[in-house]
Amino acid sequence: MLDIHNLTVRYGDATAVDDLSLALGSDEILTLVGPTGCGKTSVLRTVAGLVAPAAGEIRIGKLRINAKRNVAPEKRRVGLVFQDFALFPHLSVVDNIAFRLKDRAPAERWIEQLGLQAHRDAMPDTLSGGQKQRVALARALAHAPALLLLDEPLASLDAALKAQLRWEIRDALKAAGVPAIWVTHDQTEALSVGDRMGIMRDGQLEQIGAPDACFRLPANRFVAHFLGDAAFLPGHLDAGQVHTALGPAPIGDVAHTPEPNVDVLVRPDDLAVAAANEGNSHIEWSRYEGETRLYGVRLNTGATLRVRANHENHLSDGAAVETRICAGHPLALFKPQAGGSSAP
Amino acid sequence: MTRPPLSYIPAGLTAAAVLAPVIVLIYMSLGADLLLDGRSGEIVLNTLALAACTVIGATLIGVPLAVVTTYAPLPARQLWVALLAAPLAIPSYLGAFAFFAAFGPGGEIETLTGLATPRAEGLIGASVVMTLYTYPFVLISTRAALQSLDANVVDAARTLGLSLPAALFRIVLPRAANGIAAGILLVALYTLSDFATPAIMRLDTFTRMIYVEYNAFGLDRAALMSVQLLALVVVVLFFESRIRVRRERPGRVLRLPLSLPIKAAALALASVVMLAAIALPLAVFGIWLARQGVVGFELRYALNSAYAALLAAGGAVLVALPVAYAASAGWFGRLCERATYLGFGVPGIVMGTALVYIGLRLPLLYQTMALLVLAYVLRFLPLAVGAVRSSTERVESNLVGAARSLGATRGEAFRRVSFPLILPGIVAAAALVFLEVMRELPATLLLRPTGFDTLATYFWRVYEAGYLGRGAVPALALVFVSGVALVLMLSGEARRQRLIAG
Repeated sequence: MLDIHNLTVRYGDATAVDDLSLALGSDEILTLVGPTGCGKTSVLRTVAGLVAPAAGEIRIGKLRINAKRNVAPEKRRVGLVFQDFALFPHLSVVDNIAFRLKDRAPAERWIEQLGLQAHRDAMPDTLSGGQKQRVALARALAHAPALLLLDEPLASLDAALKAQLRWEIRDALKAAGVPAIWVTHDQTEALSVGDRMGIMRDGQLEQIGAPDACFRLPANRFVAHFLGDAAFLPGHLDAGQVHTALGPAPIGDVAHTPEPNVDVLVRPDDLAVAAANEGNSHIEWSRYEGETRLYGVRLNTGATLRVRANHENHLSDGAAVETRICAGHPLALFKPQAGGSSAP
Repeated sequence: MTRPPLSYIPAGLTAAAVLAPVIVLIYMSLGADLLLDGRSGEIVLNTLALAACTVIGATLIGVPLAVVTTYAPLPARQLWVALLAAPLAIPSYLGAFAFFAAFGPGGEIETLTGLATPRAEGLIGASVVMTLYTYPFVLISTRAALQSLDANVVDAARTLGLSLPAALFRIVLPRAANGIAAGILLVALYTLSDFATPAIMRLDTFTRMIYVEYNAFGLDRAALMSVQLLALVVVVLFFESRIRVRRERPGRVLRLPLSLPIKAAALALASVVMLAAIALPLAVFGIWLARQGVVGFELRYALNSAYAALLAAGGAVLVALPVAYAASAGWFGRLCERATYLGFGVPGIVMGTALVYIGLRLPLLYQTMALLVLAYVLRFLPLAVGAVRSSTERVESNLVGAARSLGATRGEAFRRVSFPLILPGIVAAAALVFLEVMRELPATLLLRPTGFDTLATYFWRVYEAGYLGRGAVPALALVFVSGVALVLMLSGEARRQRLIAG
């Protein structure tokens, strides 16, 4: 449906997107995530036709767009949902949604599907943030785009609403069978709603793949840190296992590192703590999170780690504990960094 | 990015046209002998003294009324606010004329009540009149500053041990100071520019003397004084550009419970101001109307005013649109927009002098409607640009992007999204310019085609001829126009506030 080949986007001298390639399946949702200024929004605006590419090619269905051949935004059948919603302030909800429809039936269908019946004739100014977002989504979907782009659609909403709308939007996209690129800077959003996710930095894709693969086996340390709490333990490869100061860990078939000395990626839930008089570490602090409890643990070697434990587990600050690796899945391995520092 | 926006061409031309009068004046004044005698010193002193007295008076009335109307629970507060802002819409020449006719030996007050009152004239008379019609600048800008202050900050100061008056003085006043200063500078600008009040009060300020020289065919002397006056205006504008009104996150507005005597004193001040600024002129004009009827007045004057105002409104909007668009396109556009604001600083009498000179060089234009309309457009362009810009800013690029992503072409996006959104701004701009032109006096006086009298110039001729009574009808018509302007101004303000709140 969408093919991006070696896309480069420049604003004046600044390169926003640098030689980026990706492809999107026929009803796939791809989330693009990365820190502010990584170029993810520029990718969207270029695909939508609001910015011209400096180099490379974008193929949308049969359309080919490159630095020499531009196609006007209205000819692309690419829908765009803006972070600030961009609802037309002088038109009612239904007139926004049916903006260019001759047959208004799709507008009515999406109003019903997204629960907007009560606000059908309201003006955008009177709507709450969540309602505005639904109208923006309904407007884009009612115009039957071949491809939908979402630019941080939940960024201006509060946390409780975000969690709910996230699934509403995903369900609506799947119901419409429209492929989508969904840009966000929230990694939990990217992990949960995407069929695949791409992680961007400095205009380049660092990794693209299924969310659980990206999370468990990040391509590099940047991706590992960006997607969640990450620490790196020095270890030693031996007979299909990696041995660390916190015990052995499984490595699966990804042990392509020829070097026997490696850094092992451990996340807070890959570790367990238990009270022990002669333990290898002690508790420095703890945060109660409701269902879980997060511990800051200082190893006797001096490094600090974060460990997530069941909320029933209660260890007081200063308690001596034994910290072990408890992961049942293979852990990612990295080449040791020059300088040898292991903790983040 | 590579090609400059199309709107830069008309915007650049407009900026050049706005600058032309100033350049012409400087060129003209080179031909005049600079006389540094006692006479010109007196004119400078009179002008500065009038500005200083008016600024002091406007501050003494405007700031306390702003504090009270913003923070105290007054009866019918919104009505008071609207009434207290009203004198701004009334041209000060109506007030000056009414004061001139009401006070002094043989004035209306003595005729009616037998009370002898001093003549309203000179520095004191002009300062009182100017104060009464300019203090709303201070009132409005101070109120805006006070309203944006969060009451929690005052409460915090009081929990730290400050008394309420001390908190007002140390916490509220410093934060409102920039707002007050902005109002004061507008008062100074208006006072420097005003022609009719010093003329009626027989105070020899720059504006009055420019008109005297113009009538004595001393155009180069008029130009020289115009340049001197512009220099004073530039000083005011410089200070104005230095003022940054800080925006705070709006919070809860402070509520001050006032003791009864203070409340009574505030209402008494407000009432006296209202009586002097609004009731007195209305009473004087009403008495004349009753005494003399509509003798001498012709409907033609009102139609002429409306005709000229309509042309100027249309012209100003046509010129303002590309300037507003250019202003959001880049630095050159913003520069052009800045330049158009010059018209506000150029007093009407000065603009008139410059265009008379241009007209004399280009006889095709002299005493034509075109030249008069050009003067109006140049003078009131900032109003139009401001109103149009506030609406073009509503059309964020995302809205056009959204329309196009839904399949609308560039033209359809303009027709269905941009245009409906800027239409209210265009209407507001046209209305503002129309109402200002209806009331404009000095430039009209200098530039009107022979035999073309408007409400304002007819009023002026009546005054100069001494047939005061005949001024009733044009004066009341001008008050009516002013009332419409005020309603428009206040409803625009209310709409803006609703938009911010929503």
